[in-house]
Amino acid sequence: MASTACFMIVSRTDIPIYEAELGSALKKEDAAQQHQFILHASLDIVQDLAWTTSAMFLKAIDRFNDLVVSVYVTAGHTRFMLLHDSRNEDGVKCFFQEVHELYIKILLNPLYLPGSRIASSHFDTKVRALARKYL
Amino acid sequence: MPAVAPRSGDAIFASAERVNAELFTLTYGAIVRQLITDLEEVDEVNKQLDQMGYNIGVRLIDEFLAKSNVSRCVDFKETAEVIAKVGFKMFLGVTATVTNWDAEGTTCSLVLEDNPLVDFVELPDTCQGLHYCNVLNGVVRGALEMVSMKTEVTWIRDMLRGDDAYELQVKLLKQIPEEYPYKDDE
Repeated sequence: MASTACFMIVSRTDIPIYEAELGSALKKEDAAQQHQFILHASLDIVQDLAWTTSAMFLKAIDRFNDLVVSVYVTAGHTRFMLLHDSRNEDGVKCFFQEVHELYIKILLNPLYLPGSRIASSHFDTKVRALARKYL
Repeated sequence: MPAVAPRSGDAIFASAERVNAELFTLTYGAIVRQLITDLEEVDEVNKQLDQMGYNIGVRLIDEFLAKSNVSRCVDFKETAEVIAKVGFKMFLGVTATVTNWDAEGTTCSLVLEDNPLVDFVELPDTCQGLHYCNVLNGVVRGALEMVSMKTEVTWIRDMLRGDDAYELQVKLLKQIPEEYPYKDDE
């Protein structure tokens, strides 16, 4: 498990619809906002990169000190963004793919409006379990 | 002696035309979603779903009787069995079990272990009072009303609310004797 990781899902209209702090290490108060800030800042890079490749998984597109930003762009242009310390690239990729499956399930729920906040506690639990498994 | 009624809808289900399960589920989901948007109140949505089900039921019973070859049921117990084993199988592809009879034999429960209507669905906090499958209530009620049984159908258990199965309570209110609007000797 990574000592620090911050995961965020950003809708196609650039609204964050899910956020989770996945790190095991305890952080200072201001660090949490800092992670989100880094992720938001790298959205511009994602926008440029996403159209240059057909791959969904964009690894290590940005870095901040020892932290790396990896992104997974779905076909509907929803972005899964993960801030992690660079170690386990395969793990990150697997994590994204499994989260994608979960996200599709959420999207298929007729009572979920696409682009709205993912409030499902079931989803949250599953994502955290996946993070423990792969990161 | 009348022909023995089929005790399962497997054969009819196998020969009937079918649609893709996901298409079916998502279409139903879209209807519910639209009702929530239009009516805004969950109770109203429940009522509307029930009414829609009723309208389906009063028509569906004819198709059911035409295709299933069931003979006249002697009592309410047999009726419940036929609904659970033949009716549900024919139209929904799953079978229900009939349990929890009360002493008079007028109230029973149809328990569904599996329900194709609710794949993918998770109730958000804003829709807690919603009976997502309320259309089934209406179908059963409408169909039975057409064969002269006034019933009241309510949900007892609902997997979407964290129960372990779907339980539909069917209560027989009264049997309406058949009425002839005409007189023979006139």
